[in-house]
This record gives sequence, structure tokens and C-alpha cells, in this order.
Amino acid sequence: MTGFTVKAIVLLAVVGLSACTDPGRFGAGGRDGGGIGGTAQAGFDGAAADPASPAYFQAAIGDRVLFEVDQSTLTFAAQTTLAQQAGWLQVNTAYTAIIEGHADEQGTREYNLALGARRANAVQEYLVSQGIAGDRLRTVTYGKERPIEICSDETCYTQNRRSVTVLRAGAGF
Amino acid sequence: MTFARILALACLCVGLAGPGSAQTGPLRIEITEGVIEPLPVAVAAFTAQTPAAAQIARDLAQVVSEDLVGTGLFRAIPQSAFIDGSAPFDAPVRYSDWKAINAQALVTGEVAVGQGGRVTVKFRLFDIYAESPLGDGLQLGGSTNSWRRIGHKLADQVYARITGEGGYFDSRVVFVAEDGPKNARLKRLAVMDYDGANVAYLTDSTSLVLAPRFSPLGDQVLYTSYESGFPKIYVMDVGNVQRRVLSDQPGTMSFAPRFGPDGQRVVYSLSQGGNTDIYTLDVRGGGATRLTSAPSIETAPSFSPDGRSIVFESDRSGSQQLYVMPESGGEPRRISFGPGRYGTPVWSPRGDLIAFTKQNAGRFHIGVMRVDGSEERLLTASALEEGPTWAPNGRVLMFTRESTGAAGASALYSVDISGRNLKRVPTPGGASDPAWSPLLP
Repeated sequence: MTGFTVKAIVLLAVVGLSACTDPGRFGAGGRDGGGIGGTAQAGFDGAAADPASPAYFQAAIGDRVLFEVDQSTLTFAAQTTLAQQAGWLQVNTAYTAIIEGHADEQGTREYNLALGARRANAVQEYLVSQGIAGDRLRTVTYGKERPIEICSDETCYTQNRRSVTVLRAGAGF
Repeated sequence: MTFARILALACLCVGLAGPGSAQTGPLRIEITEGVIEPLPVAVAAFTAQTPAAAQIARDLAQVVSEDLVGTGLFRAIPQSAFIDGSAPFDAPVRYSDWKAINAQALVTGEVAVGQGGRVTVKFRLFDIYAESPLGDGLQLGGSTNSWRRIGHKLADQVYARITGEGGYFDSRVVFVAEDGPKNARLKRLAVMDYDGANVAYLTDSTSLVLAPRFSPLGDQVLYTSYESGFPKIYVMDVGNVQRRVLSDQPGTMSFAPRFGPDGQRVVYSLSQGGNTDIYTLDVRGGGATRLTSAPSIETAPSFSPDGRSIVFESDRSGSQQLYVMPESGGEPRRISFGPGRYGTPVWSPRGDLIAFTKQNAGRFHIGVMRVDGSEERLLTASALEEGPTWAPNGRVLMFTRESTGAAGASALYSVDISGRNLKRVPTPGGASDPAWSPLLP
């Protein structure tokens, strides 16, 4: 048992090192999308005044849109936010984005992964319809794995049924 | 002991009980019955042939007793109630003594530890009221650190001889070990004995991992990992924890993999352009084959044990429901029609039932139905539970139950297909997504 565990840890350490190349490509935090909202808000006071900054995108425009239960259709409010996101991306061409799709905890794991994929795709399609090149956008689903609110009632669920547009410095994927 | 270095446990039927003893007596539990009185069984102190065997003899008898009692089908008579607790292995059984304390079955054993730490265990099972052995004596051998497995194998023998069903104690469970709060949860793959002993971790928590599934031989695990930043399916060799990505089609996400019964074909779901459908691929390599082509969500596929059909969930009707289709794809047939929504179907290893997660009226349930959708039975109910997995004998399910609220945490539970014997499976921390191995060789 002991020998086996040690071997597993060594192996994973090696993998961990190689995986560190990812943030350079996708930007920090891409591996763990749910935590990004918090860091964005922390940076608001400083850089958000600069309209070309990711902090402005996150705070002034809004990096997320919310969805109804089991739905991936974009509400009017969501479309308003996404139109502004598209406007920002059109000006700030040095950025790409990963669109995360999330679900609340009321549902089975696999279904929520599929639902998150639907939501992320709905956002991607909307941004493309607003003139953003498809190769600047990628989608990822987290299903119910990365809630931002942790209570088990609708006040939290409504915040967790979301997509988050996570900016990356750099050209297309 | 590691799962990888499976000890060659030699099973020798040595005919300890002598000729004519192969009869199975009248002692029988029908485990399909709704309510039963646990059968009183006496597990005698195992005889230690050598001083070095004394501790293992005690521990082995304990494992056998715990396995049997844990099913809810047996009640262990405490050794303090025995009239003559010694029950030497080679002495004739004093049936009247055991009848007097209402034992219906008696397990006796003898343990020796030989050169190089090799353990040899002899075992017998008796039907007290028939005053006869129940099946042949059995001798098992293994290294000292395999003693728990030997105990599980003995208990499997008792269970099988009395219930007429296959055992399930000598088996492993792969699962996702969880730590941390709901909004920053860390997950890593882990494997343990079916009863929670011998936990070993297969990955660290650097990357989110989900829903591991054993191969039919128990030597490989399929799972979903975000180590690339996107959900992809990996296959891991459990012995050396080497892993490789299986489904790496650019611009897609893959999840919900399961092996087919041949251990080569893998069925899974793949999301592309926001649409999730069901595919198969060969674990040895080669391209993917698409089985469904619908704008709805098709996911959570599971092969029938004969490999000819696939059960899956789809929201093509407007809500999650269960469907069965031929293994090559083709027109699916809906099998779930009750109120609410149905997901995560899993075909029983016996082929007779499909287990599922049901959501209805704000509650989650684990349930079973026949493969044509008839005779639906809900076994459990709570605020949040899902993902049943079958014990190797198709008589017990294990699943994830999550407590709600800000401090919500996941745990593993098991329940009989009769709905009896619901209990928590011990794990070191939070745990989810269990998958039961086959019975070990």
C-alpha cells in the first residue's frame, strides 16, 4: 500500500508540472472557473476604470448571465449583457474568451454537464451573431461542479445557473 | 496489499466434510422477500494453529461476521452466548449446544501462518437444524496482508450457500473522494474495499475528476477529468495508475463513460456545439461511432450485460426520461413513464433490472424497474441523491447522497433492491460517484 501510494503521488507530481503550461495558453484560473468571479471583484477598485481592462469587462459590463431552470435560452437581460460583452471583445482584439456553462445542484451530474454545455453554447452563438469570430471563443461545461452560492434554495440556485465569460490574453485557440 | 497485486488466492475444495455432504440443507434465505427476520448465525472463534495466527484468526472471524450482519439478512450470536465457545475445528459439531442458543448456521475456521507469512484458512459451514454441513469445506491461502480478502471470500461462501445468490463482499469500489466547501470542492479518485477498508487514492485533487467506472475485470477505470481544462474521458490502469486520454476530439467535451461487457467497447456522451449525444469507441484505439443524433440531451449510457442494448437518458420528450436502444444505435424505446424525471440508468449485472435516479416533487430517489419499464420501485428518498451502482450480485445498490445547505457534503450509501438495509458506507471524508467492481478473482 505505501509503495503504491508513493508511486501515485510521484506520478501525479510530474503531471502537475506539465499541466502548468496550460495557464500560459488559457490564462490563470481556466482550470477552475468557478473561482474567477471572486478575483475579478477584488481587482475592481484598481483597474476597472480602464475600459480596456478585463476588470472593467467583469465589473462594469458583467462577465456572467443567468438562466431559468433547465433552460438555455437567453433572457432579455442576458442578451443586453452579452451585446456589451461583444462590443468589448470587438474593440479589445487581443483577448479571447472561454465561456463556462454552469447549472444548479438540482439535477443529476451528467444531465447538468450537458445542460451547462447548452448554456455555454447559447452564449457563444450569441457573441458570434454579434460579430465575434468563433475562433476567439471556446466553451466548457462545469455542470453543477462549481457553484458560487452554496445554500440549497432558489436564492442561490438562481445565481448558480449561469454562464461566465472568462477573458484570456492572446490570439485565437 | 494493493488492488494491483492481487494475491493469487488459491481456492481448493478439499472435501473436508467428506462424501455425501454436498447436499444443501433446508437452510435458505429468500432475499427477494420484502421483510425477513435476520437469520441467527454463530461465527465460532477461529482456531489458531500457531501462536502467530491468533490475531488473524480473531480478525478474520470478525470480518466474516461484519460482512454477514451488514447485509441485514443475518444476526450474529455473540460469542459470549456460546455454550462451548471453543468449537475446535476438527471436533464433531455439538448440534444440540448450537440449537440451544437458537443458532441456525455455524461457521467454523482454522488459521495457520506458515513460512514467509503465508496464511492458510480452513472453513466449514453447518446447518444446525439439519445437523449437517452446508456445502464442502474450503481452504483459502494468501499473504498475511490479504487477510481481509480471505475473510470476505469466506463470508461470500456463507452468503452464497444460504441465499443461493452470488456473494459481493470480496469486491472494491472506486469513487470520488471530496474535501472542502461546496464552492471550492476538491475531488480525487479513490478506491477501497466494498466496506470502506483499504482506501487508496488514484489521483490528487489538482484537477476536477468525476464518475469513475470499473472495467469488467476491475483492472481499469474510466473517468472524466478536467486536467486539460475541459472535460475529457481518461482510462487508468488501476495497478500502476498510468492513465491516458481516450476521447480527444478537438472542440468537444466528453463525459459519462462506461465499459461494455467485453471490456473494450466504451459508451459515453460527447458535447459538440452545445448538443450532447451518445457515442462508442474502442478502448484500444480507433475512431468514435455516433449512436444518437438528436438536438436533445442524450447522456448517462449503460450497456446491458449481454452487450446487445444500451439504456440512456434523454430529454427529447421535454424532460429527462429513460430509453433503451440497440447497441449499434437505432430507434430508442422509452421505458420510464411515471411522474417526475429519470436519469443515470444502470443495467443490473444480472440483466433483470435497471437502477436509476428519479426526481419528483422536489425529492430525489434511487429506484429500480424491469428492463421494459414495468414494476418501478423507489427504494430511497432524500433532498439530493443520485448515481446508483450495482453490487456484483445485482442485489445491492450503492449511491451518492448529498446533504443540503451551505455545509452540504456528499456521502456513500447502500441499499438492498428490496429497499431494506439502507446504510452509510464509511469513507474518510466526503465521497461521491461510487462504482462497484466485479467480484474479485
